[in-house]
Amino acid sequence: MGLPNASGDLSTEVEVDAFRRLFPLRFYEKHLLESIRPDARPLGRARETTIALGAVASANGSALAKIGSTTMLAAIKMEVMTPSLETPDEGCIAIDFHMPPICSPIVRPGRPAEAAPVVAKQLSDTILRHANLNAKSAVCYLIFVWIQSLSSSSPLYLLMIIDVVNWVLKQLVMCNFSSGMINLKELSLVSGKAAWMAYLDIYCLDADGALFDTALLSAVAAFSHLEIPVVSLNDDGKIVLSEEQGLSDREPVNKEKRKINLSSVPFSLTCVLHKKYILADPTAEEESIMDTIVTVVLDSSSQLVSLHKPGGTVLAYTSAIQDCIALTRQRVKELQKILEEAISGMEVD
Amino acid sequence: MEVDREDGRSQNQLRPLACSRNILHRAHGSASWSQGDTKVLAAVYGPKAGTKKNENPEKACIEVFWKPKTGQIGDFLISILIVLAFEVWYAGNFQNILHWCLGKPEKEYEMILKRTLESICILTVNPNTTTSIIVQVVNDDGAVSFMHFPCYCCTVSFLCSLVIVCSPPTRTVLIVCRYVMHLLDDIVLLPSAINAACMALVDAGIPMKHLAVAICCCVAKSGYVILDPTKLEEQKMKAFAYLVFPNSVHSVLPEGSLRVEGEPIENGIITSVTHGIMSVDDYFYCLERGRAASVKLSDFLRRKLQQQSTDSSKAG
Repeated sequence: MGLPNASGDLSTEVEVDAFRRLFPLRFYEKHLLESIRPDARPLGRARETTIALGAVASANGSALAKIGSTTMLAAIKMEVMTPSLETPDEGCIAIDFHMPPICSPIVRPGRPAEAAPVVAKQLSDTILRHANLNAKSAVCYLIFVWIQSLSSSSPLYLLMIIDVVNWVLKQLVMCNFSSGMINLKELSLVSGKAAWMAYLDIYCLDADGALFDTALLSAVAAFSHLEIPVVSLNDDGKIVLSEEQGLSDREPVNKEKRKINLSSVPFSLTCVLHKKYILADPTAEEESIMDTIVTVVLDSSSQLVSLHKPGGTVLAYTSAIQDCIALTRQRVKELQKILEEAISGMEVD
Repeated sequence: MEVDREDGRSQNQLRPLACSRNILHRAHGSASWSQGDTKVLAAVYGPKAGTKKNENPEKACIEVFWKPKTGQIGDFLISILIVLAFEVWYAGNFQNILHWCLGKPEKEYEMILKRTLESICILTVNPNTTTSIIVQVVNDDGAVSFMHFPCYCCTVSFLCSLVIVCSPPTRTVLIVCRYVMHLLDDIVLLPSAINAACMALVDAGIPMKHLAVAICCCVAKSGYVILDPTKLEEQKMKAFAYLVFPNSVHSVLPEGSLRVEGEPIENGIITSVTHGIMSVDDYFYCLERGRAASVKLSDFLRRKLQQQSTDSSKAG
């Protein structure tokens, strides 16, 4: 950095490893000129991607996703909960993203990783995707509750008006929940009484760039592996897992183990921009040397779910954005195929 | 296509902007930015000697602290504690509580602000220093302050419920309160904060390549795009995008010498954050609109900077 001209002369004299350490940017630029990357990939190619479903036996759904050496383990645990009053026939998903110190030399014990809350926020935005609409229903619901509290102390004719307003508001509240990747209504068991709470935990085992891509892929794979267990009512009127309690003779609340329907599955690709080059699926080294990162999330119907570019020295022009989206489109097809293969592989077993 | 907006603005019209610099005495630089009812204050301290954590021998370091609205933090904490107790008792739902305690939106905002400001400052001028930027939300959109009401309600009703056994109405209020939490961060907060921080950096005399101009675009369900939405409008939208562009440069160099890939420099995106689903075409449409509006915004910034520099030279 400090001696940009000197490095050019040094390149023939020092060893490759020393040059890489001393002038990382120069080292990369020399590769980029040849349209190749130090790990022998062309610029637009992502690393080898694998998905292993059912990696955690004790979870209801789990997957281990690897992109290059970045490894994420996602597991879903289902629990029965009482649905909240405003969404009596919907379940809930809680997403948590962990970056333990083993995942990267940058993460130190006792100090939470900086990237973890940001990736977690992006994940829940992508998977849940309807927080915005929830807010609207909350406003309606607020008025609804407020009017209800009035109704206890008002004359009869007012009550009738209030009833009508209430009904309208209730309809508004009910129809405002749009589904994201997962229809939360599918997670309902008994309306107003019991619904599923899906705890999705994603552990980063090795952080070598493209954290969000791998985390999202593992989450999607875990949801496609998820099987909702059979539950039935016990003597106290509580809902329990049939197998655990030995209540298999009773009529179950839900008929059988079933998979969840994923309506539009999001896939993402992270690119690094450097000068006029676009490097798909960067490693941690590439991310640290070239600081402009663009993450594009497209769903299976090619709609744009997110285009995330937090700053960076390179300005993205329309053509660069179009190229990134085109690369993502290709990548979505690849990932869909990999996921399908993983699922069909499971069914054969 | 004509779209009626509740406050009578046209699709591309921004709310009235106001900006003033040098309003805090102890900070090295400060600025306030208001856009409609949203008001953000930014203060810059530094460059000061680098702390160990952020030390970088080659570059200056920028750190950003996001402070939510004052007064609210008290209520906020109380209501969080109440909801926390309630959640544990009623739903046994620890996960959600964790999410609030971590303060995720703030962390994300801090990261985006930090990266954005790093890209517009010339970091190699003051190596091994740290510049702190503190962003204080003074007032968010009017609709939001109305939403604070349930927090008070919740506090009162909880105190009542300590006396009486927790009644169903209290529960409903508490649950509503949980949703109000989501409402607290306003949609145009982040763009306003970026603009404010940028002006504060200028005020502190931090070397910069150019200014950053931030704007919020919304895509409605029927496909039209509006700029600078209010809280109420936001709720009718299917998706929105925060876009940050460099300001337009006045240069003595001939036209075209500042063009990159056939596009003027102010068309480049510094930061882009989107929420919700839109088609790719919608996004490019947003970009187009955002760019048009950013020209006006950067004119406003330039005017404000010139105005105040002449004012201060008179005073001096």
